[in-house]
Amino acid sequence: MTTLLDAPSETDIDTAIVCDHCGLAVPEALVDPIADHQFCCGGCEVAYETIHGCGLEAYYDFRKRTPADRQAAKGAGKRYAAYDSDAFLSRNAGTTSNGCRSIDLRLEGVHCAACVWLVERMPTIVDGVIDTRLSLGTSRARVVWDPQKARLSEIAETLDRLGYTPHPARDKSAHSARNRAERTRLIHLAIAGALAGNSMLMAVALYAGAFEGIDLQHATLFRWISMVIGWLSLTWPGATFFRSAWVACRNKAASLDQPIALALAVGAVAGTVNVVTGRGEIYFDSLSVLVFLLLVGRFLQARQQRWAEEAVGLTLSMTPDSCRVVRDDQVIEESSEGLEVGDTVEVRPGELFPADGTVLQGASSVDQSLLTGESRPVAAENGTEVFAGSQNLTATLRVSVSATGETTRVGKLVRLVEEGLADKPPIVRFADRIGGYFVVVVSVLALVNFSWWVATAGLSGAIESTVALLIVACPCALGLATPLTMAVAIGRGSKRGMLIKSAAVLEKLTDAGRKQHGILFLDKTGTLTTGRLQVEGYTGDPDLKPWIAAVEAKSNHPIAKALFEAFTGASTTDAATISDHTEQLGDGVVATIPAGKLLVGSLRFARQEQVTVPTYLQAAIDEGHRRGHSVVLAALNGRGAGVMWLSDELKPGTREQLELLTHAGWTPAILSGDAAPAVQRVAAALGIPADSAMSDSTPEQKLLRVKSATGDEQQGPAIMVGDGVNDAAALAAADVGVAVHGGVEASLTAADVYFSSPGIGKLNELMALARTTMRTARRNFAISLAYNLTAVALAAMGWVTPLVAAVIMPLSSLSVLISAVAFGTTEVPAVATNQK
Amino acid sequence: MSIVFVMAPVALVLATVAVAAFIWAARDGQFDDTETPAQRVLFDSMDERPQDDSSRVQA
Repeated sequence: MTTLLDAPSETDIDTAIVCDHCGLAVPEALVDPIADHQFCCGGCEVAYETIHGCGLEAYYDFRKRTPADRQAAKGAGKRYAAYDSDAFLSRNAGTTSNGCRSIDLRLEGVHCAACVWLVERMPTIVDGVIDTRLSLGTSRARVVWDPQKARLSEIAETLDRLGYTPHPARDKSAHSARNRAERTRLIHLAIAGALAGNSMLMAVALYAGAFEGIDLQHATLFRWISMVIGWLSLTWPGATFFRSAWVACRNKAASLDQPIALALAVGAVAGTVNVVTGRGEIYFDSLSVLVFLLLVGRFLQARQQRWAEEAVGLTLSMTPDSCRVVRDDQVIEESSEGLEVGDTVEVRPGELFPADGTVLQGASSVDQSLLTGESRPVAAENGTEVFAGSQNLTATLRVSVSATGETTRVGKLVRLVEEGLADKPPIVRFADRIGGYFVVVVSVLALVNFSWWVATAGLSGAIESTVALLIVACPCALGLATPLTMAVAIGRGSKRGMLIKSAAVLEKLTDAGRKQHGILFLDKTGTLTTGRLQVEGYTGDPDLKPWIAAVEAKSNHPIAKALFEAFTGASTTDAATISDHTEQLGDGVVATIPAGKLLVGSLRFARQEQVTVPTYLQAAIDEGHRRGHSVVLAALNGRGAGVMWLSDELKPGTREQLELLTHAGWTPAILSGDAAPAVQRVAAALGIPADSAMSDSTPEQKLLRVKSATGDEQQGPAIMVGDGVNDAAALAAADVGVAVHGGVEASLTAADVYFSSPGIGKLNELMALARTTMRTARRNFAISLAYNLTAVALAAMGWVTPLVAAVIMPLSSLSVLISAVAFGTTEVPAVATNQK
Repeated sequence: MSIVFVMAPVALVLATVAVAAFIWAARDGQFDDTETPAQRVLFDSMDERPQDDSSRVQA
């Protein structure tokens, strides 16, 4: 009978044993009954010990992690010797005024204030570190250290041990450019605010004067000051509206800035004339406040998009920073940036390849999932091509470099992504489309109003009334409404683990122009499935399990790791009783155990070694193949004794999630780099028709498939969900690209949305958020429009004085603000999932 | 001459000084990260370290 192994049950999280470091459940196989502390992985154990070793246990009191945030410490276990090299330091590190060095590092795994506290305690952990400052929002740390007392490699290793793997922050120029841009925005906002406030000061005096009477000389003083302030406001912070309106006009496009610029311009000119001639109303206070409020909206919008722009130099972050170069038979650890074609590098098991190349020496297996998404390793021996970013698994290889940096396959993929992103047509936003109509309608109304007044009351009255009309018709609330609604929506999204790059994404998902629901392209490995091989079933002698685990303990091969994880702990075995352990790369292991000769490996290997397979096991083998699993055989003394099924398991809850999406009208399809049987198995389990599941796809093929869907105007939006580099190009090309947790840097940059929890669970929430957001945006739009119409009517009747204008416009903005923030109280329904 | 003719410009000058100070602080990068310093306030209560002057980074 085949027994299916149980995964740790999600429902009894409270009674399950949790990791003392990160709080995640500890897999049963790793629970050590006699140990004081339990950990879910080696990374957490090291981090825990390091923290306690330095007396920083307060870290655990600080941490406020919600269940959704729990993450194991992912120390890469790297050594950072290359960080000490002159080449690296001169490129990445700066010098401070007192002779110390400083460097900007990007850290992985930073979640909360406790992480900041811990990292900023580096000076107490490593002697020689003078100061460390970590920014929570960007995960960038500035480390200042004394080169006489500490080496950068030590510092980097310590950070890694704590669970915060460091990378040099490579995009320094882009980062500082972004900082400068944000500072400029902030400064403009502050100037606009100061000018608005002071202009209100002048205005209040004039309003009071309108009721109580005011000396002419005072009135003149206030009017002139008001005019100066007004012009300053329009030409300095306000210039952006004129610039953008002009650009839109030149491109024959519509933009909300056009009516705004019109109102500002008319108000300024009319006001100036009135101040100089000494009679008539002036509206500079309203104009300044208008500029300020609109800039607030833009500032909020820009701030929300910060995460999206923090892209580290992509190619370089997927390949290791340091590598071992063989020069004149000496193996030297160097920075990867210095590699050239023709160099020989040595890559040890567990390490990533720093460049594309051909194997010169050695035989090993390689994990190419970065490029293919394929979870099964590929054999590599003399003459095999290997790629930068893939992982060497079993044995040391010497490789002759054939391409480095941007010319590697991974580098080319990244370029495809960048091109895809640049080519994406900018969406004409809803609000901007309105802007075009607005100008026309308002101009017509103004003309009508003017003619009517001229006919009935004379020129000066007509001018006054029309100027007032044009100013109060300014879509201030509108200009504020959309950015505000979007900013609130993005903020809510991020609280729920959905990081959205820009509001345009939400509009796209609910695009009224096309069919509501289109195709949902799903990557398989890592998105629908866990991405790791797991033992799905075992048939045979149960006593063999601990021996299988013991024999597979040392191997780096994913199958070995899966077997070890599944079978270890079933009962104890004495490792000393195992001898003659040989690993046949890519095929299996053979060892002598007390019971005899144990072979664990692929069927081909077993056949090679002339293992006989009893009938009942043959049935299990066939069934495993039929179900699309990988089948591994364990044989004792030449006779088959156990059959194991391994597969990449579906993430829990995926089927239910997909059903919800299909009900909503989306058509799912699978795009995978994995082999057909595995893909079909997943498709069948999810109810996706076989012809919608593409297998063996290269990244380029995925891109083509997505492009053909986006090009089809009849279809609804094409959404791509993925996590690997092999999805990145497709993510960039899709109408909406979604990267899921666990994703590689490249897919995060290429995507429009990032889910911080794995799986497709959040897609439903995203759709719900998009719907609610657009509904609120439309409501705000209606409110703004109502105000504008009322105001225009009042102006036409001649009842709009500067006081009235100054009241109406902020009032409209306030009500829109309340409406935008209030939208959050109608909660985005959280879709119940069974996922951890 | 009414005092208002002195007061109004003085008020504007004060405003200018305030804005200039803000611009200086913004250019100095003090507003770049407003989240983390807010969290740091909590640290002192848990800190056992003696106060030390971290050297200002000039790089």
